[in-house]
Amino acid sequence: MTNTKVLLIGYGNPGRLDDGLGPALAQAIEARGIPGVTVDIDYQLLVEDAAAVAEYDVVIFVDASVKGKEPFSFRSVEASEDITFTTHSMRPESVVALAEDMFGQKAQAYTLAIRGYDFNDFGEELSERAAANLESAISFLEGVIQNNLYGDAASAIG
Amino acid sequence: MSAPENMRKIVIEPVTRVEGHGKVTILLDDEKQVQQARLHIVEFRGFERFIQGRPYWEIPVLVQRLCGICPVSHHLAAAKAMDIVAGVDELTPTAEKMRRLMHYGQMFQSHALHFFHLCSPDLLFGFDADVAIRNVVGVARKFPELAVQGVMMRKYGQEIIKATAGKKIHGTGAIPGGINKNLSIEERDEFLKDIEQMLEWSRASVKVAKDYTVENLETVADFGSFDSNHLSLVREDGAMDLYHGNLRAIDAQGNKIFDQVDYQNYLDYVAEEVKPWSYMKFPFIKSIGPEDGWYRVGPLPRVNLCDFIDTPEAEKERQEFMAVTEGKPNNITMAYHWTRMIELLHSAEKIKELLNDPDLQGEDLIVKGERRPEGVGLIEAPRGTLFHHYKVDENDQVTMCNLIVSTTNNNTPMNLAVEGVARKYLSGATEITEGLLNRVEVAIRAYDPCLSCATHAMGQMPLVIELIDSDGRLLDKKAKGMSLND
Repeated sequence: MTNTKVLLIGYGNPGRLDDGLGPALAQAIEARGIPGVTVDIDYQLLVEDAAAVAEYDVVIFVDASVKGKEPFSFRSVEASEDITFTTHSMRPESVVALAEDMFGQKAQAYTLAIRGYDFNDFGEELSERAAANLESAISFLEGVIQNNLYGDAASAIG
Repeated sequence: MSAPENMRKIVIEPVTRVEGHGKVTILLDDEKQVQQARLHIVEFRGFERFIQGRPYWEIPVLVQRLCGICPVSHHLAAAKAMDIVAGVDELTPTAEKMRRLMHYGQMFQSHALHFFHLCSPDLLFGFDADVAIRNVVGVARKFPELAVQGVMMRKYGQEIIKATAGKKIHGTGAIPGGINKNLSIEERDEFLKDIEQMLEWSRASVKVAKDYTVENLETVADFGSFDSNHLSLVREDGAMDLYHGNLRAIDAQGNKIFDQVDYQNYLDYVAEEVKPWSYMKFPFIKSIGPEDGWYRVGPLPRVNLCDFIDTPEAEKERQEFMAVTEGKPNNITMAYHWTRMIELLHSAEKIKELLNDPDLQGEDLIVKGERRPEGVGLIEAPRGTLFHHYKVDENDQVTMCNLIVSTTNNNTPMNLAVEGVARKYLSGATEITEGLLNRVEVAIRAYDPCLSCATHAMGQMPLVIELIDSDGRLLDKKAKGMSLND
């Protein structure tokens, strides 16, 4: 183990089926009580997350993915400006950019995008395939955190 | 007027894979004159079905799944409805004040988020500024202090929600008949440490919005503005009350349409019209009818129709605001921003008042009553009046749910604002510039609509703009904020 301060933000709406993958992973990691890892859960990323991000060495954004790689992708995040219609939600790239601009802190940032399949209804359960992807993602991320292998994992998995 | 086959259509559409998104269609004729502009907000109506059969005491928690931006508003509106169902007409002072603190925390953080990070790029850089800087990151670079203030105010409000609702999201604080916790002395003292700073930043925020509006009065007065009816809750003595009160509606000149209406009877006063081109309904005042009975809700109507605000600094600002229109209702769409900041200041004053009230440390949290089959809960959410209506059977299961959310209440006004701006700025345009399109967005943003809060998985494209000619050919397509991951 290292003294790396890690923030994991799992986001999505658990009331919208597979959109709850991010919060589900966050809960699973929180339950493991890994030293040095702080877990946060929210519906979406927002501006105040920039203040939190600025306090950590490593930040992992965990969300459901609509049509991405199965069972998940793990990529590094570069700060970038966001041009969106609304700031009712933000992308990880924008949160990282705000953390740098407003608080002068640059964390290593990664996205863990877990593939989901069923988003078009209200319901608090994951689809069978999404639940399987979640299990794979939990095992993967636990290993990455325990061994401090963020950059290597992002290069290898993509 | 040109025949429809000679028109072309501009579509501004956030492409999401789920319902709950918005789309603007602007129909141009051969001479590029705007013939029609409509805002379509695709509401997801399945929620009512989702909660049918659930026990009534679960509803204040479940409804927070509706919206990730203002879950507290749904939480409290549902709790108020379920108070009635539980046979409780009056809460204990501790329960009522804890809920109020939660609500003012929500109002404070929501208004701060909207002003600093949603509308300030437009106001600070101008509508025609390069989109590369006209965004929240641009504000952070050019006005770092302002951006940090917005973040810290939002965070303060979020912490209040966490302390009163029990959790940052999916809180459980409000329960039928009361609340499940009080505020500890330690929690209170933490919030008191920063409240003066919050008040100071709130005063400065009112000034920014006021100065902008006054300095640009000629421009904003003509920007998507129109006369309208206004509706909100007011206290029995006519004061602004964002948590509880009776319904009041006034017309564009300030004449009362109805006043002090018990919202348990809202169906006698408000109805909803269905239009074939929109999934979202169009509410109207029944006594006037659908054609002219539509109304606006939110900060502008609330400030327009209350008799006074019961906190001194916000009241002073209200008087200054009303002086612009010599005491008559202000119908300028862009004045929403100024009134939103008056409410921000009012919320900060209310938070301070509540934090100094020892009732928040009381132990008497719940009242019990005799079960009723039906209940209505209304609250003034950040975006306007929010209606929750439930029927519950003898097995304690919900059998009927009707919600009229704030954005639905503003459906007709938002459409009129879009059409007004489109006619003024897009007619005759030879090119659909970012500045022109942004003016349409600015008109919608004034109402702070909640368009697609429910899901935010990676892979969605928040905004796509399509230009289609009269033959249906795609002439141009622009996308904003596309995901990188998928």
